[in-house]
Amino acid sequence: MAAASVKPALLLKDELDIVIPTIRNLDFLEMWRPFFEPYHLIIVQDGDPSKTIKVPEGFDYELYNRNDINRILGPKASCISFKDSACRCFGYMVSKKKYIFTIDDDCFVAKDPSGKDINALEQHIKNLLTPSTPFFFNTLYDPYRDGADFVRGYPFSLREGVPTAVSHGLWLNIPDYDAPTQLVKPRERNTRYVDAVLTVPKGTLFPMCGMNLAFNRELIGPAMYFGLMGDGQPIGRYDDMWAGWCMKVICDHLGWGVKTGLPYIWHSKASNPFVNLKKEYSGIYWQEELIPFFQAATLPKECTTVQQCYLELSKQVKAKLEKVDPYFVKLADAMITWIEAWDELNPSAGDSANLTNGSAK
Amino acid sequence: MSQTNIGDDEVDIVIGALHADLTSFLNEWRPLFSRFHLIIVKDPDLREELKIPEGFNLHVYTKSDIDRVVGSSYTAINFSGYSCRYFGYLMSRKKYIFSVDDDCIPAKDDKGLSVDAVDQHITNLATPATPFFFNTLYDPFRKGTDFVRGYPFSLRSGVTCALSCGLWLNLADHDAPTQALKPGHRNSRYVDAVLTVPARALMPVSGVNIAFNRELAGPALFPGLRLAAEGKLRWETVEDIWCGLCVKVVCDHLGLGVKTGLPYVWRNDRGNAIESLKKEWEGVKLMEEVVPFFQSVRLSQAAVTTEDCMLEIVALVKERLATLDPVFARAAQAMADWIKLWKAVGSGSGSSRPSNG
Repeated sequence: MAAASVKPALLLKDELDIVIPTIRNLDFLEMWRPFFEPYHLIIVQDGDPSKTIKVPEGFDYELYNRNDINRILGPKASCISFKDSACRCFGYMVSKKKYIFTIDDDCFVAKDPSGKDINALEQHIKNLLTPSTPFFFNTLYDPYRDGADFVRGYPFSLREGVPTAVSHGLWLNIPDYDAPTQLVKPRERNTRYVDAVLTVPKGTLFPMCGMNLAFNRELIGPAMYFGLMGDGQPIGRYDDMWAGWCMKVICDHLGWGVKTGLPYIWHSKASNPFVNLKKEYSGIYWQEELIPFFQAATLPKECTTVQQCYLELSKQVKAKLEKVDPYFVKLADAMITWIEAWDELNPSAGDSANLTNGSAK
Repeated sequence: MSQTNIGDDEVDIVIGALHADLTSFLNEWRPLFSRFHLIIVKDPDLREELKIPEGFNLHVYTKSDIDRVVGSSYTAINFSGYSCRYFGYLMSRKKYIFSVDDDCIPAKDDKGLSVDAVDQHITNLATPATPFFFNTLYDPFRKGTDFVRGYPFSLRSGVTCALSCGLWLNLADHDAPTQALKPGHRNSRYVDAVLTVPARALMPVSGVNIAFNRELAGPALFPGLRLAAEGKLRWETVEDIWCGLCVKVVCDHLGLGVKTGLPYVWRNDRGNAIESLKKEWEGVKLMEEVVPFFQSVRLSQAAVTTEDCMLEIVALVKERLATLDPVFARAAQAMADWIKLWKAVGSGSGSSRPSNG
């Protein structure tokens, strides 16, 4: 359907925060300036808080380092990872906006096949502002895109779609591979531009990547906890995936959609695969247990808010995953702390969708 | 070039001829079809003689063959119109079948190169599907890509792909109301992806451009759901949608995969959506019952073959849908007949087929 005459990107200027975790510098923002400058940035500075992160001129931002996180959350700061980009979820918590776009500091503007610069933020906004279709797969992908529609056989009663909670973008150049794959294929680059957005069907899990991700914070924010990673933790590089699995179970339960596909960004840096292997090592074994856990997870009808769903999940994590590793008991507790911190920082009743008619599926 | 080990002699190309003159159709496809065996089934309602150009290795089946093989024992099965191709599936003895509508020609990709639809379908069928977890970089077995971080290693061998659903440039396979609302709408977006439709996710399978593993999917692809006023345009049918839902439910139960995406074919403009719309809303209305029904189907542990699964689905159709509309009662009967017919005539590869009189 025809978009409003005002570009969608400018429509959400005051409703969207861009959350960027960083440990070094924000030089990458220069390339994004034409697309990001109208928006408010939340910089989450990981690592040594005494270091000064220089933000390029002209951006409107707030910056939090570890001292700020400790000061704001007090003892609850224990749920926010240190020395891992998982700390970005602190930015979700302190934001006051309806939408979040998060991007890594080694992700740049990509070009589409015609050579034009891709405004990733604009595409994410389009994805979030149009419905998802999780209940029946449309073979022509997102039917709400210009030039697409529902195919023959698609029931009309399902064509209204459901609200989109998450928009998951992809990466050209360095693909998001795990360490074993990186070691086996060090030269592989993603050069294939797949011109599609699609809804991940209900009941289907996927590995969510936090490099190029947007979501409706008001809908799903409390479920976007990126877990305990990095310093003092037995695992790394599973932060976004953990959030993605929790988020998808909850979205499936509450009847919201998750899209994946466009937009692409250009991922410039391949992290060291040997370092990655050490971080991921336990995860490679653990995920064999985690996936069946999430696939089988069900939430009771009585869980009608995201927080309720998330707390229920944390109970199940503690009960069923303790046998995998004691880490999951710690993680389950951290999930509870996260929700407590979220509710403390976001006290109004309207900040998480509450289905008052209790019609959770 | 196909990266697989599938020989040309393992493939049949089945064409349902709804138009008598296949000259330009077959000439357009000649570079891609000439090395394969073709089965052409003439729509039993078509009066004129088929016109077929020289140079193909093919078998033609007509109404008299259908009457001879099927006889009077399977009265619920109607092979007219688009359903004529299923007779070709029945008669084939090959492992893989590719079928495309006779108003489609080879497409060009986004770089202007000709798409070898047969080769792409064969590749799709010969490489594993990954229905149990969604890979965000789509088919991980395609060149230049792989499984992404977070994809469980135990799921990386994948499962056999039973069905490969292709897409269409130009006239996409929309229903009549959709096309009537946007008469000038044509599909020009070439999406360079193949992906596995996740387990338990259902979709509308279009018969316009498909390929399948005959042994695994054959018993589930049949003329079942026939509209009262079914016509000779896809806008006036839903039989392929019905079969596709059967195939997907069976695949989900048996742990097989269904892929969708590439290859594209170019679908010629044909027909008038508004005319089709005036004729019949039935298909659109029926989908409202059909989709929830298939979403609720649960098959028993005892069903271990496609035929077993189909028999259970028949029973469920009789129990839950037949009372809603006589078209479902007829579909159930057609399904039951098809399974018998398949067992009697269709199953087995390499066994001698009834002589083509």
